[in-house]
Amino acid sequence: MNRPRKAAWATLAGVTAAALAVAGCSSSSSPSSTSTSTSTSTSSALTASAPGITPTTITIGSHQPLTGVAAPGYDEIAPASNAYFQYVNAHGGVYGRKIVYKYLNDQYDPTLTSTVVRQLVLQDSVYAIFDGLGTPTHLAVAPFLNQNKVPDVFVASGCECWNSPSTWPDTFGWQIDYVREGKILGQFIEQHFKGMKVGFFYQDDEFGKDGVKGLSYEIPKSQIVAQESYSTSNTNVGPQVAALKAAGAQVVAAFSVPAFTALLRLEELGLNYNPTMVISSVGTDPTTLGGLMQAFAKQAHAKIPAANTLIQGIYTDGYLPSLGETSNSWIALFKMIHDTYIPKLPFDGNVLYGEAVAYTFVQAMLKAGRNPTRQDLVTAINGGLPQGPAVAPYIYSATNHNGMQGAYMAQIKNGLVTPIGPVEVTDTSATGPVTTFTGSQPAAPASGIPSP
Amino acid sequence: MTLLRHLIAAVVVAAIVAALSYRVGAYRDYQIAEVSAYVTAVAGLTVLIGLSGQISIGNGAFMAIGGYATALLLLHQHWPLAAVIAASTAAAAAAGGLVGVAAARLRGPYLAGATLLLAVAIPVSIADHWAGLFGGDQGLTVSVSTPAALAAEPTRYYAWLTTGVALISLVLLANLGRSRVGRSWRALRDDEVAAALSGLNVARLQVLAFVVSAASGGAGGALLAVVTGIASPGAYTLTLSVGLLVAAVVGGLGSLAGAVWGSLLYVFVPTYLSNVAASHGLNSGASSNIPIAVYGLVLVVVMLAFPSGIQGALRRLFGSVAPSAAVPLSSLRSLRRRRPASPHQPASPHQEESTL
Repeated sequence: MNRPRKAAWATLAGVTAAALAVAGCSSSSSPSSTSTSTSTSTSSALTASAPGITPTTITIGSHQPLTGVAAPGYDEIAPASNAYFQYVNAHGGVYGRKIVYKYLNDQYDPTLTSTVVRQLVLQDSVYAIFDGLGTPTHLAVAPFLNQNKVPDVFVASGCECWNSPSTWPDTFGWQIDYVREGKILGQFIEQHFKGMKVGFFYQDDEFGKDGVKGLSYEIPKSQIVAQESYSTSNTNVGPQVAALKAAGAQVVAAFSVPAFTALLRLEELGLNYNPTMVISSVGTDPTTLGGLMQAFAKQAHAKIPAANTLIQGIYTDGYLPSLGETSNSWIALFKMIHDTYIPKLPFDGNVLYGEAVAYTFVQAMLKAGRNPTRQDLVTAINGGLPQGPAVAPYIYSATNHNGMQGAYMAQIKNGLVTPIGPVEVTDTSATGPVTTFTGSQPAAPASGIPSP
Repeated sequence: MTLLRHLIAAVVVAAIVAALSYRVGAYRDYQIAEVSAYVTAVAGLTVLIGLSGQISIGNGAFMAIGGYATALLLLHQHWPLAAVIAASTAAAAAAGGLVGVAAARLRGPYLAGATLLLAVAIPVSIADHWAGLFGGDQGLTVSVSTPAALAAEPTRYYAWLTTGVALISLVLLANLGRSRVGRSWRALRDDEVAAALSGLNVARLQVLAFVVSAASGGAGGALLAVVTGIASPGAYTLTLSVGLLVAAVVGGLGSLAGAVWGSLLYVFVPTYLSNVAASHGLNSGASSNIPIAVYGLVLVVVMLAFPSGIQGALRRLFGSVAPSAAVPLSSLRSLRRRRPASPHQPASPHQEESTL
């Protein structure tokens, strides 16, 4: 009986050691928000008014796909946001506080999202979750964030689901939602490809389904000949593309992430199938697509034409100014910040996105006041935000947590998304019309930082 | 006596974890819950490989069955949580029985290949087919209401819940290992022919081992779904199945304590490495890939230094006279080509000693 007892001692000793280790490296910080007073007078001292806010810093967190299937292109977004924050920090910060942006890799896996967001909220005590990327991933944590009253701002996904102020009062979308985007793309198809056969290619989740919903509102049922979905866990889209071809679709409307847009295009090439492509802005960044196609072709030891010819002529939409408009004040501002802080990354749609959403966050923080609580940020956004870098105004109110209301139609020409129409705005209903936006976009502030 | 000792050990560990859960922050509680969920799953695999001598690279699939059963039952049936976990365990056990019947006919690499198939097929079929039922890639949300007394600290409740279930599983498995069934498993692990000649029903025992390991996997999957709040295909990829196997092997096969060490390593090391990499100002490409590489390196080093796993190493440190009871992976018959027992290569006697 001697041996088992020794074994038991060994086990017990190990358990104790491990317990001590866990206790030793645990952080004692537990979220505590006591201060509710929010003085907006400029002379008041800066206080630790909420979790993640100290007199000198604002710490925010995010979950991003830095590796894995969604990483190509999207992994530039958080560094780009961080570049804008560094610019703001170098020019006085937000009421003197510096923004500390901590983004963790969730590999676009909802279970991992669940873990890293809990680390950010429970251990690192971030003030807010900012720009959490992905529909399936963020859906895994939205209930948790709202339960804990953590501001969940400007989700990097156009799912209509973020607009649920009664169940998720702390969650806000930012980019144009996929229903609106689908309607704008759908109206374009309905007007320019009358009577032609249309096939859908979409991601099998809320992203794809919302987009298809919007498309279906505008395109007559009789024109829709095929609806093919893909799952991100299966990179073989051969069957779907074959089905689209077999149905005789002359126009393919796609709601796909860049990797699957590239796979779709290469599969079409393999089948010698050349429909007119109309693709959501989510999956059409030319720089990202070009890189992906070269990588996929290399894996398959296949020779393909230059990527620019493969994506030439794809119809898409845009909700931020076009990268080609170098004279646009917003493009000039973001290009300057890009060149200063992240010159190694390409200046593409993802970088523009990251900087623009960071700008919006600074707008909201300035509106939330000098010593904001978490609720102050939510209240500030509920009161509406000025337009900023988006081509159409935001719709934020206490009862609507969607973001941008419109976008322009565009076409990829020589590797650039080039606008081909005016900014169109619409709503998310089945019957709401798609109308031309009559306002204009304000210029970027000369300082590059929004005014409070 | 054995039962009593196991129960006392379980109560002591429960008391330590409970005390710990007050000392540490909410995120550590969450990690304790994660570790406990993995311990539950890995322990079953430890028994399967270490005692019955079969191998499975597909136990992640049983976790998926447990996780999805939990999500569906909570969404549609609103059963009490204890009943949900029990039902999920039973569902996985039933699946384990089916797999076990096939597995009992296979040996070595063929068995590994068949279980690998399971690990690959289950997440894809969940995501691609029956997306309406299982929610496709997005998966299903799992929400559990916390008892009023612990409402302010839901993660502490999860830590207690999962640790409780994990300890119950460990006690059951430990007693099973000490019982007639456990002895029979060891007999057929060391020599199937001799075991059969002694009157043991080899096939039935092998199926039973698969049922037990699948049930543990199902319970672990149910716990993980409750803790993370989601059941989605991304959580049950081949990486998970291989991760469970790695945890069992690195922790120490043939010893349930090994399952605990393996799970601790599996949860804490990657998180720790990511944080270290992130805090050293590397660019995001490097800081997100380095932890994966270093984790692999850690595993290689552990296996080189302690071929019988962490528990084997601890035994060597604390009980220097006792021969290592944990089974080195290389000595498992199921991993070798089957051949008649040679008088020159007797099964090493210390394998008889593996304790649970």
